[in-house]
Amino acid sequence: MQSHFELFGLEPGFALDRAALDRAYREIQGRIHPDRFAHAGDAERRASMQWTTRVNEAYRVLQNPLERARHLLELNGVDVALETNTAMPTEFLERQMTLREALEAASEGRDADALDALRAELGAERTRVEAQLAERIDAARDFVGAAGMVRELKFLERLDAEIASAYDSIEA
Amino acid sequence: MALLQISEPGLSTAPHEHRLAVGIDLGTTNSLVATVRHGVAVTLPDERGRVLLPSVVRYRRDGGCEVGYAAQVSQATDPKNTIVSVKRFMGRGQRDIAHIENAPYDFVDAPGMVQLRTVAGVKSPVEVSAEILKTLRARAEASLGGELSGAVVTVPAYFDDAQRQATKDAATLAGLNVLRLLNEPTAAAIAYGLENAAEGVYAVFDLGGGTFDISILRLSRGVFEVLATNGDAALGGDDFDHRVFCWVLEAAGLSLLEPRDARLLYSKAREAKETLTAHGEAPLTARLSSGELVDLTLQSETFCRITHTLVQKTLGPTRKALRDAGLTVADVNGVVMVGGATRMPEIQRVVADFFRCDPLNNLDPDKVVALGAAMQANVLAGNKPQGEDWLLLDVIPLSLGIETMGGLVERIIPRNTTIPAARAQEFTTFKDGQTAMSIHVVQGERELVADCRSLAKFELRGIPPMTAGAARIRVTFQVDADGLLAVSAREATTGVEASVSVKPSYGLADRDIERMLRDSVEHAKDDMHARALQEATVEARRLLAAVDAALAADGTLLEDAERAEIDRSRVALAAAMESGDHRAIKRASEALNRTTEPFAARRMDVSVKRALAGQKIANFDA
Repeated sequence: MQSHFELFGLEPGFALDRAALDRAYREIQGRIHPDRFAHAGDAERRASMQWTTRVNEAYRVLQNPLERARHLLELNGVDVALETNTAMPTEFLERQMTLREALEAASEGRDADALDALRAELGAERTRVEAQLAERIDAARDFVGAAGMVRELKFLERLDAEIASAYDSIEA
Repeated sequence: MALLQISEPGLSTAPHEHRLAVGIDLGTTNSLVATVRHGVAVTLPDERGRVLLPSVVRYRRDGGCEVGYAAQVSQATDPKNTIVSVKRFMGRGQRDIAHIENAPYDFVDAPGMVQLRTVAGVKSPVEVSAEILKTLRARAEASLGGELSGAVVTVPAYFDDAQRQATKDAATLAGLNVLRLLNEPTAAAIAYGLENAAEGVYAVFDLGGGTFDISILRLSRGVFEVLATNGDAALGGDDFDHRVFCWVLEAAGLSLLEPRDARLLYSKAREAKETLTAHGEAPLTARLSSGELVDLTLQSETFCRITHTLVQKTLGPTRKALRDAGLTVADVNGVVMVGGATRMPEIQRVVADFFRCDPLNNLDPDKVVALGAAMQANVLAGNKPQGEDWLLLDVIPLSLGIETMGGLVERIIPRNTTIPAARAQEFTTFKDGQTAMSIHVVQGERELVADCRSLAKFELRGIPPMTAGAARIRVTFQVDADGLLAVSAREATTGVEASVSVKPSYGLADRDIERMLRDSVEHAKDDMHARALQEATVEARRLLAAVDAALAADGTLLEDAERAEIDRSRVALAAAMESGDHRAIKRASEALNRTTEPFAARRMDVSVKRALAGQKIANFDA
């Protein structure tokens, strides 16, 4: 099966030409989207839905740094083992603990400003890990070494989801 | 038998005809139909020049019914048989409906969806909605002078799968060919975006009679992309009326009311609310059936105080939608106001405060959804040449998942995923030798199954007996462009496959729709067979035209043998159409669909390749 990168005519890599991705996505969707086949027969409507589904999925994966890295590792035969491998560098875990404590405090204090600050901090942390990933994957081509960073990114994504639900409970 | 005519291969049979397509806004309070005429979207009025059709249906003892203004006048005198705001009941069980105790109807609790007992028999909300849609269809056909080729029907963006399916069923029952279910705020964004050549990030704040939606969209040349949507499928202008109604009861010291008095006071409450849009106070007087006179004045401040929590309830979803889109208020270029309830000054003020800008009110909030739907219908019907059309990318509003051990939800497709979308997940057995598995499909954002909406339950049988945890059951969710879900499951380790597709259980089974069709047809003293034949023929013609167009465009992709097979199926279908037997036509249509499947798949492959090739050339030029 074609990789998500090939589908859009892109060179596989962590660094992403977002404009080229968007152009290719829209160009393809413009031709195969179900809205182009609303009056067609069942066979074409089905084929259009299946293709669009596939294109949407590929687009989703490539847009998301975590999913994109995971896909690249998979293409290179490396399993990220998100569920099974939970070993993390101590330094990273310590920073996580601090962030988590801050989240709890903000949540209990129903402090939306503190959540905003936390989110900004998390954003910076993600940017840092993503820069490392780009270096590992694109320059060093060390896919095994990149797996640990993908797991770190997953950690940060979970924390982001928790921040979102903290906002929800504050606003409820 | 007359000789059949066959056109030369590769030649299109007919020049493209303009297809009659409409957009329908099936609202809680009012419904509208619109179309694109000479390139301009217009709402279609009734014979007395009125474009709004009150979403009210009154059933009569003789089995017939009145729809719209004719039904509205009976609201107070015949409340049990005069159904208003039926949209609130679509795809809903009795327990799901807020303030059901205040509705003057005789409810029948049916599995999945509540039903209503009227003098004309028990009616499903789907049937009631179908009456409204039939009226609009007749209006459009009279106005456009021909049979409709298709319709885009709008739904609140925050409608779940059950409510969407119910809406689609109602349209089918009304004899409409549904080109697409379109989210109301998205329809409004199309109308607004095209009218104003808007570019950038826009929020659509849509507070209707019974539903609230907030959608965040990115508009760029030729693309409408929904980034996130949120809302409350049970919050709308009706709830403001209800607050005023409760205030009247308290202020006038009233308790137990006759249904007709309740209806009367509701109407008065609504009038008072509407008066407050332009005035500081509103008189509220009514003579009850007991002769008692209610004579009150509602001050604007009082109204703001009693509806404060309702207004605030719109902000939570708004914040969530922005967050899901990864944006802040500063990123939003404008807020488009949609729905009659956004006329309330307090709503305008709160939205302006929140977004720190003046809301955009330059389109009629009652009409904008229908106009946008008409524009989309015109594109879907193929009436717009390529290059002048646009691409619409919408999302699902609520996460879809299945129940796992302990009543927990495993999310399979998260909310705000662009549709069409599919996702699969593997599950396994809990006990040794387990040969069946029950799959419970739910929709919602909560962790516990009990807090989410149950969509469907089905069983996967025939799993080969294995030790616990050895089986690999792959459950696949597919959401189509209408936002409707299909679920299938299969066990794959042993090569033994069992699979099942479900149509969610609250919706109507196909045989229910058939029964309703039969009932309505019998009532009209029409011929059931004639109708079936007509439908099959229309469908067959559509299919033949589509296949001809595909062959004309990409016939070269086929091997001679494949082409011959398709041609045989085409001829067979044409012959079946001559036979006048609707079953034969259906069978021949299905056969043609099957024969063209590989062709359709190949055409999509080629389209993708062409798209990329076009890209490369464009880049090269640049």
